[in-house]
Amino acid sequence: MAEKKDYKVVGTRPIRHDGLDKVTGRALYGADFQTVGLLHGRVLRSPHAHARIKSIDTSRAEAHPGVRAVVTAKDFPAVEDKIADLGEGAANVKDLQDNVLAGEKVLYKGHQVAAVAAIDPHTAEEALELIDVEYDVLDPVIKVRDAMQEGAPLLHEDMRTDEMGEKSDKPSNIASHFQHKQGNLDKGFDEADVVVEQEYTTETVHQGYIEPHNATALYNPDGQLTIWCSTQGAFTVREQVSEILDIPVSKVKVVPMEIGGGFGGKIQVYIKPIAAMLSMKTGKPVKVLMSRADVFEGTGPTPGSYVRVKMGATKDGRITAAEAYLAFEAGAYPGSPVGAAAFCVFSPYKVENAQVDGYDVVVNKPKTAAYRAPGATNAAFAAETVIDEICEKIGMDPLEFRILNSAKEGDIRVDGPPTPRVGFVETVEAARDHPHYLAPLEGENRGRGVASGYWPNFGMKSSVAINVTSDGTISLVEGSTDIGGTRAAVAMQAAEVLGIPAESVTPTVADTDSVGYTDVTGGSRTAFATGYAAYEAAQDVKQQMIERAAKLWEVDAGDVQFADGVFSSVNGKEQELDFKGLAARLDETGGPIVGRGTADPNQPGPSIGLHVVDVEVDPDTGKVQILRYTATQDAGKAIHPSYVEGQIQGGAVQGIGWALNEEYIYNEKGEMTNASFLDYRIPTSLDLPMIDAIIVEVPNPGHPYGVRGVGETPIIAPPAAIANAVYRAIGIRMKELPMSPGRVLKAMGKI
Amino acid sequence: MPSKVHVQTTINGEAVEYLCEPRQSLLEVLRDVLHLTGAKEGCNNGNCGACSVILDGCLVNSCLVLGAELEGKSLETIEGLAEPDQLHPIQDAFLENAALQCGICTPGFIMAAKALLDQNPNPTEYEIRYWLAGNLCRCTGYDKIVRAVQDAAQTTSSEVSA
Amino acid sequence: MRAFEYVPAKTVAEATSLLAEKGDQAKPLAGGTDLIVMVRENRRQLERMVDIKDLSETNVLSYSPDTGLSLGAAVPCHKIYADDAISAAYPGLIDAAKIIGGTAIQGRASVGGNLCNASPAADMIPPLIVLGAICVIAGPNGSTREVPVEQFCTAPGRTVLEKGELLVSFEIPPPPKHSSSFYLRFIPRNEMDIAVVGAGASVVLDDTKTSFVSARIGLAAVAPTPLLADEAGASLAGKEVSDEAINAAAEAAQAIARPISDMRGEAKQRTHLVGVLTRRALNGAIQRVKEA
Repeated sequence: MAEKKDYKVVGTRPIRHDGLDKVTGRALYGADFQTVGLLHGRVLRSPHAHARIKSIDTSRAEAHPGVRAVVTAKDFPAVEDKIADLGEGAANVKDLQDNVLAGEKVLYKGHQVAAVAAIDPHTAEEALELIDVEYDVLDPVIKVRDAMQEGAPLLHEDMRTDEMGEKSDKPSNIASHFQHKQGNLDKGFDEADVVVEQEYTTETVHQGYIEPHNATALYNPDGQLTIWCSTQGAFTVREQVSEILDIPVSKVKVVPMEIGGGFGGKIQVYIKPIAAMLSMKTGKPVKVLMSRADVFEGTGPTPGSYVRVKMGATKDGRITAAEAYLAFEAGAYPGSPVGAAAFCVFSPYKVENAQVDGYDVVVNKPKTAAYRAPGATNAAFAAETVIDEICEKIGMDPLEFRILNSAKEGDIRVDGPPTPRVGFVETVEAARDHPHYLAPLEGENRGRGVASGYWPNFGMKSSVAINVTSDGTISLVEGSTDIGGTRAAVAMQAAEVLGIPAESVTPTVADTDSVGYTDVTGGSRTAFATGYAAYEAAQDVKQQMIERAAKLWEVDAGDVQFADGVFSSVNGKEQELDFKGLAARLDETGGPIVGRGTADPNQPGPSIGLHVVDVEVDPDTGKVQILRYTATQDAGKAIHPSYVEGQIQGGAVQGIGWALNEEYIYNEKGEMTNASFLDYRIPTSLDLPMIDAIIVEVPNPGHPYGVRGVGETPIIAPPAAIANAVYRAIGIRMKELPMSPGRVLKAMGKI
Repeated sequence: MPSKVHVQTTINGEAVEYLCEPRQSLLEVLRDVLHLTGAKEGCNNGNCGACSVILDGCLVNSCLVLGAELEGKSLETIEGLAEPDQLHPIQDAFLENAALQCGICTPGFIMAAKALLDQNPNPTEYEIRYWLAGNLCRCTGYDKIVRAVQDAAQTTSSEVSA
Repeated sequence: MRAFEYVPAKTVAEATSLLAEKGDQAKPLAGGTDLIVMVRENRRQLERMVDIKDLSETNVLSYSPDTGLSLGAAVPCHKIYADDAISAAYPGLIDAAKIIGGTAIQGRASVGGNLCNASPAADMIPPLIVLGAICVIAGPNGSTREVPVEQFCTAPGRTVLEKGELLVSFEIPPPPKHSSSFYLRFIPRNEMDIAVVGAGASVVLDDTKTSFVSARIGLAAVAPTPLLADEAGASLAGKEVSDEAINAAAEAAQAIARPISDMRGEAKQRTHLVGVLTRRALNGAIQRVKEA
C-alpha cells in the first residue's frame, strides 16, 4: 500500500462539487432552513460568571403575546451519571445536560438558563426579558492557577481530583492530574550542557467560525424527532441529543445542512436539545439561532493555560532531557485537551528522559471544546520557544537542531506509543531549502523565527455507499459533513479507483437515516478515513463490475482485468469496455450496483509541519506585523492540493491570530468584555501577507493513497514561530499569548 | 399606526414589494421574508461582512440597514449575480482558485469583490486586502481569496478591453 | 430588540418636530451603523427613528477654496473620499473617513453620525477638531445655532443637542496656505478596530516651510470626549519645525490625556501612545505641507 505512483485523479485540482452552490448563495446552511409553521426560539443566558439559581419564574414570559413555550432544566428527563462517546472526546451526560440548561448553578456568563419559542425572533427576544431568575451570586474563578489554589471558589462541590487514578478526598477544581514518564530525568539533566526552563501563559481563544450555531427541530407525536442543523457530525448530534433527552437513537434523525466552519467547536451540542424540547412542547418546528455574543460567551473556546517547560541539551545539540508541567482550563466542566497537549509537547523529538504532568482544571468559563489540534498549540508555544533558546545558547541553527533531534520511526514517545513514520526531517529540509529561509532579512526591528508542530491525527469510523448510474457516473453517499472541500477529496479517491474523472462523481452528505455511522469531521480524519471508506466502496463497485463484465462476456470473473479505467477480458477474445460502457449495460447483467465501504482505520499517520515567519515590531507601539510566512507540512499524499494548501494557510492564520491578538478579556466579575468580532480580533485580510504553503509528501503506510490528515497541524507552530521571530527583532522573549501590542510594550519596558 | 411598513423596491433588477416591521433589518427581510438566504448573518453588527449586499451601487452590510429603508432603492444580492447559463467572472475565479472552504463568508466576499472591481478594475494586492478587510474569513487565511479577486480583475478587465 | 417606528423625514422642520415629539425616545437615523446596533443590543431603547438622510441640507457636500467645506451631517464616508478636491484640501478628514469600519460601513456611516454617537474613540472627531469645524444645528422652532465641534460632545454618548435639535451640517474653513492635516489611530489589527488612541493634527507653516505658524492637535480615546489639545497645538506657534518642538507638543498632549483602562487598552499604554501618535500626526501633516 501507499506506493508512490502516478495517479489520474488523486493530486489534481478539480472544481469542488459543492462549489457552484456556494458561490451563488444557493447552498443551504443551518440557519437557511425554512419550513411551514416555523416557530423561533431564543435562549436566556446567565449574566453572572458564578451563581446559584434560587428560582426561575417563567409565568410572565409564558403570558407574553406570541409566546408558545418556555423551557428550563426542569423539563429535562432524569439521566444517569455516565460517560458518552462524542466522537472526538467523551463527556459525562449529566454535565452535557447541565451545560445545555443550567440546573442548580450557573457556571459562566452566557450559561444557558431558559429558552422561549415564539411566533417570530423578536417576540422571543422580548419574552426573554420577562423571565425572572433569582440568583445568589458567588465569587468566580477565571484563571487556571487561581482555580488550583486551596480555598479557591469551587465550581462543583462534589468534585474530587483524580490523582493518577486515585480519587483524592478533598473537594477541588482540579478534575484530574496525570503523569507520563520515561528514562531518567535527573540523569538526563545531568548530562546537559545547557538547561533552559521557562513559564508560559496563554489566554482563552475561540474557534471563531463565521456561522453561529443553529438548530431547527420537529418532534412528531409518534416520538420521531428530526433536527436540521450545522454540525461537524450528524451522528454525534444524534447520540448527544438521545442521551440528554433520553430518547432512543433510532427516534432521532439528524439532517446535516451546510456548515459554516467548526474547527472543533461544532461537535458539542448546545441549542439542538433546546430546539427539540421546544418542539416537544409546541408540536411545531422550532428554529433556534445563536447571536455572535452567544457564540463567544456560550460555546466552546479552547483553554487558557499555564505551561512550564524545562529542557536540557548537550553543546553539540542533542536533547538529553525534557520536562513539562501543563495546567489547562477545562471551562465549567472537566475535559480540557491537556491529554492531547501531553502527547504533542515533545513528539517531534527523540527524548529519552522525559516527564510530563497534566492538570485538568475547571474555571468559570464556557466548557472548552476541541479547537484544531486541541492542546497542541499551547504546548508547542512553550516547547518550541525553549528549543529556540537552547539553539541560541549553543549557537546552532534551529533547523539543524530539529533535524538532529527528530524522532525516528519506532522511537518511543513520552506517553508510550512508538513514533510512526512521518516526514519531520523532510518538512524541515523543505523549509531550509525554501527561498524564504535562504533570503536575507534586512531592516531594523525585524526578525525571523521558526517552529514545528506535531499532531497524531485520528482515524475513527466512516461509511460510504456508491450507486452506479447508467451514464457512467456514480453517486457517492457519505456521512462526513463538508467543511472545507471534503466532498471533492472523498469523491476523488473513489474516482481514482474506478478510472473516472472527479466530475463523474456526485457526492452527497446524507442524514443519519440515510448513510452508515460516520464519526465527526474532525481530528483531521475526513480525507483520510472517509476517503478510505470511499476507496473501499469503489473497490466493491469495481469487483461487482468485473463480475458483470464476466457475465456479459461469458468468461470467469478471474479472467476480467481492470486497468486504466478499462475492463478487459484476458481470455484471448480482446473484449473491452470502459467504466461508462459497462455502466450502460447493468440492466442486462443483473440490475443496479451499490458499492459499500466502511472504515475504522487504526493508522492515521501523524502530520507535522515547520513554519518560517518574518516579523517587524514597531518599537513605539509594540505592534507585530507579519512580513512573510512559509509553512511546510507532510500531507502524506495531497488528494486535492488546493484544499490541502487551504488547510495549511487557514490553520497558519488562525495560529497567527492566536499569537498576536485573540483572547477572551475578562473583568473582575468574571465577565467576558469583548464578545464580538469588533473586539475579539481575528485576523483580517489586511493583517496578512500571502501564506506560502509547501506540501511535503511522505506517504502514510496506513492509507491506500498514503493520505495523512492535514487540517489540524498548521495551527500549532505559529505562536512559537512568531515569538522566536519577535525575539530576533527586538531581543525580547515573549512568554504570554497573545503577544498583543500592550504586552509587547510592557515586555520592552516602555510602559 | 400599523406595525408593518409597506416597501416597494428593486432587487436584482426586479420590482419587489414586501411588508416588514421597522425593527427588521434588511438582512432579516432578505432571509426571513423574501427567502433570499445567500446573505448570511455572522455577527449582526457590521464586523464580519457575511451579509454584504450592494445598495444603489454601494457596498453595505445588510444587517445595518433597516428593511424599511429600501423604499425606492435598488439592491443587488448574490442571488442576482450569475446569468442563467453563466457564472459571474468573480464566481468562476473563486471556484478556480479554491477560494472558499466552508463557504459561509463566500457570498459576502463575492459581493464585496464585485463592488471593488466595479469601481477599480485593476486593484493592487494592498487595495484588495484593504477593501476586503471588513469581510472576515476564518478558513482560508485570505490567500486564495485575494488571488481569486486578482484573477477576476484580469478576466473582467481583459473582457472590457477585448 | 423592541419595536419602534420608522419615519422618513422630508424636511428639516419635519425632522425636528418628529424628534421633539418623542424627546429622548427618538433619534435621527443616517447611516445607522451605530444606532441600529445600539438599539438591537438593547443598549438604547427608542420609540422612533427619524430617517434624515434624504434631506438636501444633510446631504450637502460643497467645497470652494474661498469659503471652505460645507458637509452635510448625513454624507457617508465614501462620498467624501471620492471627491478629489476635498481629499486634497482636507487630507486629515480623509484619513479618518477611510478607516472607519470596513468598506461596507463606509458606504453608510456618516460624519454627523460619528459625532452624534459621541464615542470618546470616534475617528472623525479629532480631524474635525483640528480643522476647526463648526456644527450647524437646527432647532424645533426653525431656529439654528452653531457650536464648535470640540464642544459638541459632553460625555460618552452625550452631546449638546437639546430635545428636538438636529445636527444638520458642518462648516469647515478653507485650508490656509502651507497647511495640511493628518489623522491616525493606533489599533491592534490593521483595520476594523476601534481606536486605542487617535490623534489628529493640522499645521500651518511659514513660506519657507521651516517654522510653524500655528497648529492644532485633537485626540481620541483618552478622555470621556475627544479632546482639543489646545496648549499642545499653541506651543508650536512660531517655533521652528524640529523634533524638539514636536516632542514638547507631544508631551503637552500627553499631559491632558486622562485615559481609562478597558478591553481595548490600558491607561498607561494609552498615555504612552498619545505621545507616539501626536508626533506621528504632526510629522505626517508637516510632510504633506512639504510635499505639496
